Amino acid sequence: MKSKEYINYLKKLKRKKVFILSMQILILLLFIILWEVLSNKKIINPFLFSSPSKILTTIKQLYFNYHLITHILTTLEEIIIAFVLGMVLSFIMAILLYEFKTFNKIVDPYLTMLNSLPKVALGPLIIIIVGANTKSIIVMALLINLIVGIMSIYNGFNNVDSDLIMLFKTFKASRFDTLRKLIIPASVKSIISSLKLNISMTLIGLLPPVGENILSNKYCSKY
Amino acid sequence: MNKILSINNLQKKYYTKNDEILAIKNLSFELYEGEFISIVGPSGCGKSTLLNILTNIDKLTKGNITYYKDNIKFGYMLQSDSMLDWKTIWENVILGLDIKKIKTKENLEYVDKLLKTYGLDEFKNNYPKELSGGMRQRVALIRTLALKPDILVLDEPFSKLDYQSGLKVSDDVYKIIKQEKKTAIMVTHDLAQAISLSDRVITLSKRPCTIKNIYKINRDKNLSPIENRKDKNFSYYYDLLWKDLADEE
Repeated sequence: MKSKEYINYLKKLKRKKVFILSMQILILLLFIILWEVLSNKKIINPFLFSSPSKILTTIKQLYFNYHLITHILTTLEEIIIAFVLGMVLSFIMAILLYEFKTFNKIVDPYLTMLNSLPKVALGPLIIIIVGANTKSIIVMALLINLIVGIMSIYNGFNNVDSDLIMLFKTFKASRFDTLRKLIIPASVKSIISSLKLNISMTLIGLLPPVGENILSNKYCSKY
Repeated sequence: MNKILSINNLQKKYYTKNDEILAIKNLSFELYEGEFISIVGPSGCGKSTLLNILTNIDKLTKGNITYYKDNIKFGYMLQSDSMLDWKTIWENVILGLDIKKIKTKENLEYVDKLLKTYGLDEFKNNYPKELSGGMRQRVALIRTLALKPDILVLDEPFSKLDYQSGLKVSDDVYKIIKQEKKTAIMVTHDLAQAISLSDRVITLSKRPCTIKNIYKINRDKNLSPIENRKDKNFSYYYDLLWKDLADEE
């Protein structure tokens, strides 16, 4: 049996949730309306900033005359391949770095260097090496998301509570068991946050002015 | 009482880039079956190192340890309860069995019995976050007992609890250890706790560590640690221990 006060409390929680959601939608609507109005009245340059109504007409036009769906699918495919590949590779790399400390020390300066390198500058080189096709776009995206992915997963591994590692030592657990039953499940949070980072990094790698810009033929960023 | 192990002239050195550190200079003592022994000493004197050597996590530099029984199993209980918070209490309790791949029906039933005996049965499917610090400490003890150790090794097991739960849980843990007839060796910095729980207390010097004194605590056997604190000799032992440690500061 819920008391009256408790029911009131629950109602209050619900009201708050509805309020937050409606405010969020309101802000979006206001933004679009403001954009449209400012652009219409030429307060902002409509050539540079376009306007929501114009964007809609363009999308319609592209859809009917230029197979927009094909282009969207191509870009989506690239995103998925680059993202999944990036995650899997950075996960494997992070495990290697964590398990083999000597290997870690050897490659550390190179990772730091790769991380600070402006990868976009490598665009033309990648095209020469891989060829002017989807592959080079994926390589570009990988190059950008991989290092960040490795770093964030590896940091997650390193932040596992040392008391828990000691506990596994007292059970004389093997390295593989420690990795499988402790290190990986304990780092789920950092793996998820690295997933989020990875999506944005993948997009940076794919979209203009990086991957697709260099060879735009059948890709979203063409438009 | 039978001897279960003896430590003879144990020495431990550490090596760092710049230095060679003598952590333990010379240690010798015996442990008897069914006995509760405490080790107190100034912080950083190598108490935890001693436990790690005993349980084979760390190696000794010189000396040896003689075991008077075959295949002596150690159960290590750490300072923090070290629960895996993504696993339920049940999964946490059987973690040791799982890692050692001895999840036999018999062992699982034993764990079940322990949980029931010590009032944790109804929390089996809860997660560690839902339990109080004292309850988690008891779960940690059962996790250690699940492996049926001959000797329990306790490294400041109550230091992360608040004072009252610490008292209560040390009472509970003491009771469990006595009921299961285990031998126990505990490291602590809490003198009162050492006296109230132990049959013997060893005081250590600061680094490089040696034994200062070994005190046999005389009292009526069947009382709980909290009641032991009211014993007429309690303050006498407290003074002795305190003097030993105060000399070292």
